[in-house]
Amino acid sequence: MSLEVNDFFFVFQGPDGKFGIPQAAIESVNRNKVGLKGPLMTPIGKGHRSLNLALRKEFNLYANVRPCRSLEGYKTLYDHVDVVTIRENTEGEYSGIEHEIVEGVVQSIKLITEDASRRVAEFAFQYAVENNRKKVTAVHKANIMRMSDGLFLRCCREVAKNFPQIKFEERYLDTVCLNMVQDPHQYDVLVMPNLYGDILSDMCAGLVGGLGLTPSGNIGLNGALFESVHGTAPDIAGQDKANPTALLLSAVMMLKYMGLNSHAERIQNACFATIKEAKFLTGDLGGKAKCSEFTNEICEKVAIS
Amino acid sequence: MSLVSRNVPRLLFQALQSSSSRSIHNSIANNTADLAERPNARTTCTLIPGDGVGPELIYSVQEVFKAAGIPVDFESYFFSEVNPTLSAPLQVVAKSIERNRVCLKGILATPDYSHTGELQTLNMKLRNSLDLYANVVHVKSLPGIKCRHSNIDCIIIREQTEGEYSALEYEGVKGVVECLKIVTKTKSQRIAKFAFDYATKNNRKKVTAVHKANIMKLGDGLFLKSCEEMAKLYPKIEFEKMIVDNCTMQMVSHPHQFDVMVTPNLYGNIVDNLASGLVGGAGVVAGASYSANCVVFEPGARHTYSEAVGKNVANPTAMLLCSAKLLRHVNLPMYGEMIRNAVEKVLNDGKVKTKDVGGQSSTQEFTYAVIHNLQIPPQPPLPTY
Repeated sequence: MSLEVNDFFFVFQGPDGKFGIPQAAIESVNRNKVGLKGPLMTPIGKGHRSLNLALRKEFNLYANVRPCRSLEGYKTLYDHVDVVTIRENTEGEYSGIEHEIVEGVVQSIKLITEDASRRVAEFAFQYAVENNRKKVTAVHKANIMRMSDGLFLRCCREVAKNFPQIKFEERYLDTVCLNMVQDPHQYDVLVMPNLYGDILSDMCAGLVGGLGLTPSGNIGLNGALFESVHGTAPDIAGQDKANPTALLLSAVMMLKYMGLNSHAERIQNACFATIKEAKFLTGDLGGKAKCSEFTNEICEKVAIS
Repeated sequence: MSLVSRNVPRLLFQALQSSSSRSIHNSIANNTADLAERPNARTTCTLIPGDGVGPELIYSVQEVFKAAGIPVDFESYFFSEVNPTLSAPLQVVAKSIERNRVCLKGILATPDYSHTGELQTLNMKLRNSLDLYANVVHVKSLPGIKCRHSNIDCIIIREQTEGEYSALEYEGVKGVVECLKIVTKTKSQRIAKFAFDYATKNNRKKVTAVHKANIMKLGDGLFLKSCEEMAKLYPKIEFEKMIVDNCTMQMVSHPHQFDVMVTPNLYGNIVDNLASGLVGGAGVVAGASYSANCVVFEPGARHTYSEAVGKNVANPTAMLLCSAKLLRHVNLPMYGEMIRNAVEKVLNDGKVKTKDVGGQSSTQEFTYAVIHNLQIPPQPPLPTY
């Protein structure tokens, strides 16, 4: 395996006391076009800009991809979940434009543009084709927000025409929520605006066992960034207890993105097999193993395969 | 031939059911004097069957009301956005609800675009004209309906007159649409107060505010602040806040931690549906929308189920439970109890189940089964003063 990790960065605290992304890290991602990142914590309520948001802006990461798959060996109440949520990542409710018009009346602007909607729709269909998926569902609320979500929906419909081999359907957000918990099998790839994606992707992660098990990838114009989206869990830092699955599977996604499919398969299979055997599970999955034991087991399996 | 043989048992069944329902009707009629809290008074209630399977479900309710001899008269209006020519005017319907102060309503279909280019849906207009600001959905696991989680019991209180449903949108530049979400202090405080009052009145322990104030710092921030301030006035009730994405994740994995939840408009819609999905779907959860003056009872998860129209397969449970709530609200609690018990008995027996909860029975069969099980409650509940 000829992958070289050549840059490794820590977030720094700038002279103004605010945290920022080191310029060298940004240049590194720009050069390599791909990055892998662990969880970042934004201090709450001290005027810090979210580092995740900063990265998203910096690399124009317009699509967030979150595959959620039931893992054999870790039983939840929901079986055979296999959905991919694709979320528009640059606009919508997260535009950050808000005003207090008069005292006690706030308006927040949700921004939907044709370009961004079409871009994410195209990505979703492309993703479906490349990953042998059968169906793309556009999740919207166009019955309530007739113009903005209507525009998003229209873009999806138009893009769908270029992909006749992929089935396309439209569903209301509330219907998807209702059906997802009753019968998650009926969904395959879901594409949606920012806020709905945020909510649904976390909900789907909840179906398969939480954010510690689901990878995430951000696809952008100037590169791609893969990350684990769970919290930083400062309470167990340094104790060798954390579950590396999310980050590992994110790395697998990254390998697939770079076209190293066979390597990706090997790591993924080893990871799934280790969880299935349930001999070395970390505490969050109900086991007693340490992070390093879990990792070693996966490494051994990779070596054999 | 096969048609006949298939229909004969059903005919027999219906005959049996109707005769038994008649006998029950009589027995109840004999006892109305004990039952009716206001023997000679009848209550009038506005009725909006709605779209999709709504009329079928309402018919089921009417059958049950007839069989139980419930002293409620319906003032029925056809009200629909997808069928504007037949629809009664909004003012007339709103006036009727204002006069009667109670309404039983099916779900109105909301098309993605309006024929007249309007952004507001008929549902929103009705809510706004009556100021139905609080939607309350009590999501509770029902006996006999098998789901992944059991013993769920939470109440979702949703602000439903502002937020994302303000219908203020415009396309400034071609291809760029701005959609305004409005949050006001007055309405946020009003819903927060409603939630805490509701929790107090119903002996609930905890109120959870659902928000996304980490992103929408001003809008959801205002909502959250209003809830926080209100919480200080209710020291006996625990207050908790949760970001909406985490809330949905917790809801699917650990739903028992929730008690009363208070949410802005869109998140309420999401959580309502999610929670309904956990206890058996849109067909089994009842809800109600409150204004200061009137109440509209409607199913908790709003789906018209239009693909099932005329097939006689929809589940009338939600609508029947709505009607039971309505009866309690108009001070006919014993009748309400009677319907609720009958529905629960049918579900618990598990012999007559509609398709959505894993059975094969039709709407009509379910209705007859409920009628068959109508019983005067053995002991009248003691009045609570």
